[in-house]
Amino acid sequence: MAVNTISSETQEYLRDEDAFKRNLRSRHFRGRLWRRFFQLALVAAFLALIALFFNILNSALGYVVEDYAINPITLAANGDLGALPEEELVMILVENRANRLPVYVRDYLYAGDPAVFTTLPLSALLSNTVLPAGTADLTIRELSVEQQAELLLNNIGQPQLIAIVEEQVIEPTILQTWSLTASLFERDQIEAEFQENYAAQGATLFFKSWINLDFLTSPMSSNPAAAGARTAILGTLYVVIVTIFIAFPIGVGAAIYLEEYTSGSQNSRTARINRLIETNIRNLAGVPSIIYGLLGLAIFVRALSPVTGGRTIISAALTMALLILPVIIINAQEAIRAVPSSLREASYGLGATRWQTIYKVVLPSALPGILTGTILGMSRAIGETAPLIIIGASTFILFDPTGLQSKFTVLPILIYNWTSRPQDEYRVAAAAGIIVLLILLLILNATAIILRQRARRSLTA
Amino acid sequence: MVAHESSSQKEPIFMATTLGAGQEQPAAQNIGITTARGPEPRRGSLQKRPRPVDGLVRILLFFCGILSIFTTIALIIVLLSESIAFFTSGLVTLPEFIFGTRWQPVAGEFGILPLLNATIVTSFWAMVVALPLGIGGAIYLSEYAKGSTRDKLKPILEILAGIPTVTYGFFALTFMTPVLRVILGENNVSIYNMLSAGLVMGIMILPTIASMSEDALRAVPNSLREASYGLGATKFETISKVVVPAALSGLIASFIVGIARAVGETMIVALAAGAGPVANLTVNPLGSGETVTGHIARISGGDLSYASIDYQSLFALGLALFVFTLALNFISQWVTRRFREVYQ
Repeated sequence: MAVNTISSETQEYLRDEDAFKRNLRSRHFRGRLWRRFFQLALVAAFLALIALFFNILNSALGYVVEDYAINPITLAANGDLGALPEEELVMILVENRANRLPVYVRDYLYAGDPAVFTTLPLSALLSNTVLPAGTADLTIRELSVEQQAELLLNNIGQPQLIAIVEEQVIEPTILQTWSLTASLFERDQIEAEFQENYAAQGATLFFKSWINLDFLTSPMSSNPAAAGARTAILGTLYVVIVTIFIAFPIGVGAAIYLEEYTSGSQNSRTARINRLIETNIRNLAGVPSIIYGLLGLAIFVRALSPVTGGRTIISAALTMALLILPVIIINAQEAIRAVPSSLREASYGLGATRWQTIYKVVLPSALPGILTGTILGMSRAIGETAPLIIIGASTFILFDPTGLQSKFTVLPILIYNWTSRPQDEYRVAAAAGIIVLLILLLILNATAIILRQRARRSLTA
Repeated sequence: MVAHESSSQKEPIFMATTLGAGQEQPAAQNIGITTARGPEPRRGSLQKRPRPVDGLVRILLFFCGILSIFTTIALIIVLLSESIAFFTSGLVTLPEFIFGTRWQPVAGEFGILPLLNATIVTSFWAMVVALPLGIGGAIYLSEYAKGSTRDKLKPILEILAGIPTVTYGFFALTFMTPVLRVILGENNVSIYNMLSAGLVMGIMILPTIASMSEDALRAVPNSLREASYGLGATKFETISKVVVPAALSGLIASFIVGIARAVGETMIVALAAGAGPVANLTVNPLGSGETVTGHIARISGGDLSYASIDYQSLFALGLALFVFTLALNFISQWVTRRFREVYQ
């Protein structure tokens, strides 16, 4: 068909040059039109990116109306709790929330089953804490208020005490939030609305950046006004570092095996193994991350729970390691393949063995490429949410991760959890969490780019 | 190799190479024996020194390489064994699972169709966004943009590719949905809707399709383009009638990989598409719907007991997802192999 149209057109052109010229103009016009469309595709991608970042910033900054149960100015000079010593913070708790002290002990010092918390003696519940004299055999309910206060004072640091006071005594509540654009362009309207609805009850209106030092350093909270991301940030760092410690050696090892031991092998069995593993890795890279979550749930959380302790950091890290292995292997393979074979031959010529050649010649020159791939894998591990939801990362956790077998939460889970709540004040806190996550990723990727450029320079030098 | 060892052995070698034929034969034999398996240990013999490290390293590296195969096997065993437990529990049969039109675990109804329906609707809208924009962008980058422009434009796609999916979920829920509700009317669009999730998923997939397509387009040799220009074709005619057909296998492969990513994507649909499977099989994207992945994410969060039917149903859904995405990946690899135009 195509041949026919071309030939009939050609015949027409041959007969009539004017027709050819007219047609030429429309052909070029069509070309320009499509060129605009192709350009538009990239413009659309760019606009989507802008909208994404704008939306996050727009949510994370803006006016809020906040109200307190007890104004912090009545507790400390200028309302600055950080200036108070630990004893005074505990005293504030005793004065205002004496009957809730056991709850704080449970939330901040105890990590076990909440059902037995009130029935077992303290020595069985709180093994790593300093107990007040003579209370080891008592249950928490049998302690006097003074003893409970002493227990808190001995074992909880000032930052956490401040968090408890803020959350439980001051009880800031966010009554309304406005976006950044509204805060910038409709200030009069916000002011009027505040005077009308909230001024009478003593609430305050102020411009709040949800991303601030308190947000980074305070633990999670059931109150969005006091919510922080510290446990999630630490959890993310913990999981990612353990993941890399597992995935880096295995991934690089697999890449070396594929490239240096089996690639292009004359032995048909070795060549078959190489092909099998390569195909397998390509396919694993295409498996949705949520499936890895199911694998981790069945194997690391359930079957290996005596070793991993169930829904813990080590289970998460092992799952993530399996997930990012294909990324690391494929990138490391490319880096190793890029090492010129003349280097290897020179090493063999000097009498080095194969492993000596790999270890002292191939790996050092492939290292920047390998590290770039590892950082890509790390970025993936930092951003992945679905597998960790499946293996059951806690959504609400008050204490920092303490070891491989500790319960944990990570930033993406925190963001997911906050975003899925209907209240606006959680959504804006989620936006602040996203900013922290993106900054972490930015730092990692900047490192990868610097490494790549350094590698390029050393290759050209 | 052994020339420096001892003078008594050195001499016959020299004699063998320099003297006449009478001496030559036994001397040559002598060399062969002493170099290959001499009775006493030799200090300089590099060839036969035992190398335990090399052997050990090889074994270790072999295990690193084979681990990916173990992962696949473990994946299949886990998904299959829990799925078998699910189908032999007596509560649900395989035909009911595949053809059932209701997913109500409380009522003992486990039909995958409502979940699959939502997955297909969201993936369809994702591809509506990602396919034209991804391939259009790839054509611009590969055919129109000059080197320096390309270097400036590519980071846009790389940043889009690097953003965590939970961020896209936030974007869908707090930006795309309100925008859709303004455009299409508050009453028509529910707060959780499949269109918003699908469109944002399309933005997420766009970089994957664009970069795969660009690779395919750039692999088309310049001689084809030049031949087309030589026949008087315009640039667009060259692209549409020569370059794109020549790269078609790569473009189709990128399309299939894009679908696989859309089907497996979890966070965007979990946040924006809605919770709870819809009762009727609707293709209306303005209503809410729970996808296969969204359902797995919702019910696995929290404390699911290990022996329950809910736990097992997750793995049956996971198996369906695994088979589907694996099949798509295989098809994409097959298309690339089968329809690749090889030019010399």
